[in-house]
Amino acid sequence: MAVILRELTTQPEGLAPGHGLCPGCSESVVVRQVLHALGKPAVVALATGCLEVSTTRFPYTSWQTSVVHNAFENAATTIGGAEAAYTAMVRRGAIQPRDVVFVVFAGDGATYDIGLQWLSGALERGHRFIYVCLNNEGYMNTGIQRSGATMLGTWTTTTPVGKLAPGKLTWRKDMTGIIASHHIPYVAQAAPHAWKDFMTKVQRAGSAEGPSFLNVLAPCNRGWRYEARNTMRVSQLAVETCLWPLYEVDHGTWKLDYRPRNKRPVTEWLQSQGRFAHLLRPENHAIVEEIQQRVDGEWEHLQQRCQE
Amino acid sequence: MALVTRHSRLVKEVRGTPVALDGATLVAYAMRQVRPDVVAAYPITPQTVITEAFSEFVANGEVETEFIQTESEHAALSACIGASAAGGRVQTATSGPGLALMWEVMYVASGNRLPIVMHLCARALSAPLNILCDHSDVMGIRDAGWVILLAETAQEAYDNAIQAVRIAEHPEVMLPVASVMDGFITTHGVERSEVLPDEAVAEFVGTYRAPYSILDVAHPVTVGPLDFHDFYFEHKRQQIEAMERAREVVCQVAEEYGTLTGRCYGAVEPYRMEDAEVATLVIGSVAGTLRTVVDDLRRQGIRAGMVKLRCFRPFPGRELAALLGGVGVVGILDRSISPGGAGHPLFTEVSSALCQRGCAPRMRSFVYGLGGRTPAPAQFRQAYGDLLADRQLGAEASAPVYLGLRE
Ligand SMILES: Cc1ncc(C[n+]2csc(CCOP(=O)(O)OP(=O)(O)O)c2C)c(N)n1
Ligand code: SF4
Ligand SMILES: [Mg+2]
Repeated sequence: MAVILRELTTQPEGLAPGHGLCPGCSESVVVRQVLHALGKPAVVALATGCLEVSTTRFPYTSWQTSVVHNAFENAATTIGGAEAAYTAMVRRGAIQPRDVVFVVFAGDGATYDIGLQWLSGALERGHRFIYVCLNNEGYMNTGIQRSGATMLGTWTTTTPVGKLAPGKLTWRKDMTGIIASHHIPYVAQAAPHAWKDFMTKVQRAGSAEGPSFLNVLAPCNRGWRYEARNTMRVSQLAVETCLWPLYEVDHGTWKLDYRPRNKRPVTEWLQSQGRFAHLLRPENHAIVEEIQQRVDGEWEHLQQRCQE
Repeated sequence: MALVTRHSRLVKEVRGTPVALDGATLVAYAMRQVRPDVVAAYPITPQTVITEAFSEFVANGEVETEFIQTESEHAALSACIGASAAGGRVQTATSGPGLALMWEVMYVASGNRLPIVMHLCARALSAPLNILCDHSDVMGIRDAGWVILLAETAQEAYDNAIQAVRIAEHPEVMLPVASVMDGFITTHGVERSEVLPDEAVAEFVGTYRAPYSILDVAHPVTVGPLDFHDFYFEHKRQQIEAMERAREVVCQVAEEYGTLTGRCYGAVEPYRMEDAEVATLVIGSVAGTLRTVVDDLRRQGIRAGMVKLRCFRPFPGRELAALLGGVGVVGILDRSISPGGAGHPLFTEVSSALCQRGCAPRMRSFVYGLGGRTPAPAQFRQAYGDLLADRQLGAEASAPVYLGLRE
């Protein structure tokens, strides 16, 4: 199933306009890419976060497809319950089999931190669903706090730049690797500017016979401190600097999906966003060096894995 | 005894099969008979027996249920919420700390009006770590918007487990129900009980048709939205109304069940209260002990009585006022505490319910059995003694008495 732009434009929208996400936010873009790529009805579970609060404000809803929001940490479990009920109800003849996909949208906070256990359990149990992590590298809904996806040196409201601290003091988790270690059918990293790559991955995830996980970089102009119109450019820079490589793990086989022709230095990424402004000062040079080293090391490691 | 009521769908009493089983296994048996679409649970003493027994039903193909073995109790109830939003009949089971871990999503279940049934094997809360019975866990969910039924015996736990499904799924209610039995005492004690034939249970509970389902993609719904100052209050009010309607439904379902089985239950169950001048109010398994104590006292010429509460939410204040209002002195027996509160949980509920109805007998608070401390008959004889002494005194409100405690 190829992703053809012309065909996508005639599909019905799963997410209606008029939601409350910030202008420039990538989250609605990612959601629409997912729903369009699937091209069939989705049953969606949302974790608490920007997307959920901006699209489900009672008495309105932006969703043209069914959604359930339970709490912050348990969206994977919620969709697992729905999937189990579907199986049971089809088996006893209460409902007809339907061509639906079970999808979770959850932030990096919900995924890397508070909900890791719930996600891990759901993956182990093997429910058939696509888990989409909207990774904006922080708790944006609650006002830009750090998460396990926030990188070293990043300013957030809980990793402020002070006399002693230059932003966040620790590196980020390798969440995609953690999920790949669950040996589920399909795991991938993606970014919205590389829409064709991402939507193809969504389709692969949708046809997997078990759980799948898509870690999608979701630039947030509000929290990352850049102009709204630069969302896709920032997304692209993350990939061109190899800070956010595009790759997939399909049934255990690691595959690099994009190799920058001319790998950019991380400073280009850091310069593009206000949350890193302090890192460009001379006294923080060592931190920038460390970020570059870590990015290079991870990139090397990933390339090796993809050759094995 | 076969009652025929206007609500009855079944008018013929069905003969049960006698069994000698522990309460937990019996409840697992009931879970199989109500045919849930989804059960999600996590083992915890003393509930583990249920999870294990149900696993066996699944392994042997005796149920068609999707059994989700989660990695925690929070996840168990979270999965139930997803399954119930999908329109399935859904159940879980837990105890003490497991219930405490579920606390956040207890409110999600009731607030979204999802008719989930939970079998709760009452257990003390940590710390100190304790796996034995008290009602600290139950009282922790008293404001969570769940209907709460409490069983005295394994038979009652079985009967409540079946009725809970009807109450939860009643269109006028649509609230989750916690069906409680006492950890170890009821869960592990082997008693003679009767089980109904599978078909009779299936017919009694019927099939569940959810008003909305997230699986009905032709009619998309948003479940669990963001709801602020402009609507949240009205939604909470609707929940209160549903709980009020549950009063009638709990009784209707009990009547119908009585017609079917000959075992009739009310929200409250008085024992020798007709002319009682001193009475106690209890919940759970201790009621049996209290009955023997009442009988002893009666033999000594003391007009003692006892009231057992079967339904804690909705709280049967009117019925209690009618039963206890005219009694000289009443002891309220708590198996949980509320340190620094206006009184311990059950005491506060009962005294408040009676005072609101203008009938305030002398009331005294007793606490017994915390962390599984054996509730011996002597403790309750002492309680009745204290109550009779109180009555002579006619004094000011007196402090709670801790029964069976080494002071
Ligand atoms: C149990 C619990 N703890 C904390 C919160 C507060 N909270 C709501 S959303 C959120 C952060 C969401 O971050 P993320 O998952 O990254 O989503 P984003 O808003 O960034 O898209 C937090 C901390 C909550 N709702 N529930
Ligand atoms: S704060 Fe960031 S993630 Fe949230 S809506 Fe605004 S741009 Fe999007
Ligand atoms: Mg985030």
